[in-house]
Amino acid sequence: MHIVVTIKQVPDTNEVRIDKKTGTLIREGVPAIMNPEDKHALEAALCIREELGDVKVTVLSMGPPQAGNTLMEALCLGADEAFLACDKAFAGADTLATAYTLAMALKKIAPVDLVLCGSQAIDGDTAQVGPQIAECLGIPQITYAERIKASEKSVEVESGFGAVRRRVSADLPALVTVGKAINRPRYKTMKGIAAAFRDKGVQLLTSQDIKVNPGRIGLTGSPTSVKKTFVPELGRAGRIIDGGPETLSLGIIHTLEAENLLPKS
Amino acid sequence: MSIIIDTDICTGCKRCIPACPYDALAMEGKKAVRTPACTGCGACLDACKYSAISLAGGQGRIKMDITGFSGIYVFIETLGGAISEGSLEILGKARELADSDAASRKTSRVTAVLPGHALDRMPEELIALGADHVIIIDDPRLAVYRTDYYTRVITDVIREKMPEIILFGATPLGRDLAPRIANRIKTGLTADCTGLSLCSKDGILLQTRPAFGGNIMATIVCPDNRPQMATVRPGVMRRAKRDSNRIGTTETMALTLGKKDDLIRHVEVVENTKDAIDFEDARIIIAGGRGIKGPEGFELLGKLAAALGARIGATRAAVEAGWISRAHQIGQTGKTVRPDLYIACGVSGSIQHMAGVMGAGRIIAVNSDRNAPICEMADETYVGDLFSILPELTREITERKTTAA
Ligand SMILES: Cc1cc2nc3c(=O)[nH]c(=O)nc-3n(C[C@H](O)[C@H](O)[C@H](O)COP(=O)(O)OP(=O)(O)OC[C@H]3O[C@@H](n4cnc5c(N)ncnc54)[C@H](O)[C@@H]3O)c2cc1C
Ligand SMILES: Cc1cc2nc3c(=O)[nH]c(=O)nc-3n(C[C@H](O)[C@H](O)[C@H](O)COP(=O)(O)OP(=O)(O)OC[C@H]3O[C@@H](n4cnc5c(N)ncnc54)[C@H](O)[C@@H]3O)c2cc1C
Repeated sequence: MHIVVTIKQVPDTNEVRIDKKTGTLIREGVPAIMNPEDKHALEAALCIREELGDVKVTVLSMGPPQAGNTLMEALCLGADEAFLACDKAFAGADTLATAYTLAMALKKIAPVDLVLCGSQAIDGDTAQVGPQIAECLGIPQITYAERIKASEKSVEVESGFGAVRRRVSADLPALVTVGKAINRPRYKTMKGIAAAFRDKGVQLLTSQDIKVNPGRIGLTGSPTSVKKTFVPELGRAGRIIDGGPETLSLGIIHTLEAENLLPKS
Repeated sequence: MSIIIDTDICTGCKRCIPACPYDALAMEGKKAVRTPACTGCGACLDACKYSAISLAGGQGRIKMDITGFSGIYVFIETLGGAISEGSLEILGKARELADSDAASRKTSRVTAVLPGHALDRMPEELIALGADHVIIIDDPRLAVYRTDYYTRVITDVIREKMPEIILFGATPLGRDLAPRIANRIKTGLTADCTGLSLCSKDGILLQTRPAFGGNIMATIVCPDNRPQMATVRPGVMRRAKRDSNRIGTTETMALTLGKKDDLIRHVEVVENTKDAIDFEDARIIIAGGRGIKGPEGFELLGKLAAALGARIGATRAAVEAGWISRAHQIGQTGKTVRPDLYIACGVSGSIQHMAGVMGAGRIIAVNSDRNAPICEMADETYVGDLFSILPELTREITERKTTAA
């Protein structure tokens, strides 16, 4: 069985701050990390390998050369092989072009039985790439997995789907997107790190290697574009009221009264 | 998406370099240049004081013929025999767009697309709440949502009717379905929008959404492909005023399935976890953050909420500490709410939390730190210890109620 985990390198948006004076993002010192949910997807793949035995786990990313570092981390965590789709022509892709490129790379490293993705990346935040890859490949998708049971021929998945929990099963090949509730990712071990740097490496795939249609990749293949960006405006009047508990409590009561929100009985 | 740096205007001031979340800008000679790591996210635009950086669409993009497309379509999600509130909000927004000054012949008609089974009186309801036309696809095979059949049926509607715009809820279902459809049609899809309007110049849909964990807002367009597709965050838009005299038409379409449409073997709903907290009709919401310090703190909030007839919200910090269930979480990754009054207790005012309460009529904060970020985002901040203020407030309100009665 061959499992491929798609992995995106992202800026750690937990660390992103806004410069209030200039209204721009401050990147200074914000590290590039493996998208958190992708770590859970990788963990899920490694668990299936441990359970079923004869399983190869490959990781795949599309991104600039430095995304190779994140794939190296995945190899240290135990992935068997890593591919980076890396080409100037891939840059500026929206989700349609990203999914197409990743799907073509998957065809190149085929046969693939199970594709695991994170549900959502913490920078673009769209949660669209997984379902779009599945459509490109014409295979079933199951999203927001919280439990995966895989066999040689099929997967059964339990998902938190808003107000309901669902159990969905499909024959392989299939694509599953996972959320954080599914597992607790392992840590790197010295042995894993040594093995990755000694025996493994990241293999590059260019647009030539994966035989893409140049009209469907990167900027050219992206129907959406950003017209403008701005920092959300959340400011209000900001009146500060000081005093003892009684004064403050009365102040709040006055506001409730003014808004006609004080219950009468 | 891509950025262009005008080297004639660039002064080499380097302000844009630290603004890039991808470390993708560098200096070459005395000018800023983009490196291959650039994703075209646009975060650098505001950093440039000289407007040397602009965004550009794709050059030589394969364009499709977009002339025959018209109408605003809304995908209607149902659950347990009822239309989801989120779908009605989007319908209200679609109505507002269609009635706005910027609407044209292409965007003046609203169609609700209603797939499912045993749909009863839902079409009339949709017309009363803003639809001009309802397409009904009633089939027992659509009773439980499945990606494969729903993709087929909505794709058929799009291919036959050629909508100018089609909107989905940014619910788990909508975010499972819409990307699959967009990919089959090969058009753009904007995720999780919190703002929609029609451009007064060319009538295209301006789709505004948060990205980078809510730290930045981006307005996205899909100029050359149709339909323009978006998922819309629940809780942000308002449903239209109900008008039972509104006139609309209905039509039925059939579900036709081919061999390729049978992708999923089995789907079942194993548990109905419908969370009990209904923020929809809450006039007051009282939220607790890390400053609440524990489950006991939420009991304190509970007493005040009971006295005021309010609902209880929470920050992610409070939820992750295990003090209250996730159903109470408000913000970017929780619920979006719009009460008349929001009372935030022991909440610092992170951008991700406040993104969920932007639409509140009035925001009051109770915080011991007069420099907490929330002081600038609330209408009023009461500076003090919530453990002494809240019991006093509860006592005062209860006392007034008993004297009034
Ligand atoms: C501010 C901003 C707003 C944007 N808005 C939109 C929009 O509304 N619509 C749109 O189509 N595009 C949008 N984009 C572009 C989009 O972010 C990129 O196409 C991005 O490459 C993929 O989308 P995502 O980050 O949302 O990934 P998601 O779809 O959220 O990612 C889900 C999973 O897919 C996999 N994955 C995603 N990208 C990669 C990758 N490069 N390599 C390997 N695996 C990957 C990972 O497993 C990940 O966990 C936006 C970008 C920015 C910066
Ligand atoms: C991608 C992403 C998504 C997120 N989504 C959400 C989301 O949906 N919702 C959300 O809430 N957060 C979200 N967060 C987390 C968010 O960034 C903050 O970490 C979180 O909101 C902080 O919660 P808090 O205000 O309760 O805690 P803190 O920031 O710790 O604030 C506690 C406050 O309590 C005050 N306080 C302490 N003791 C007292 C006292 N005795 N009396 C009065 N005041 C007191 C303190 O002065 C302080 O201001 C998200 C983060 C990321 C990165």
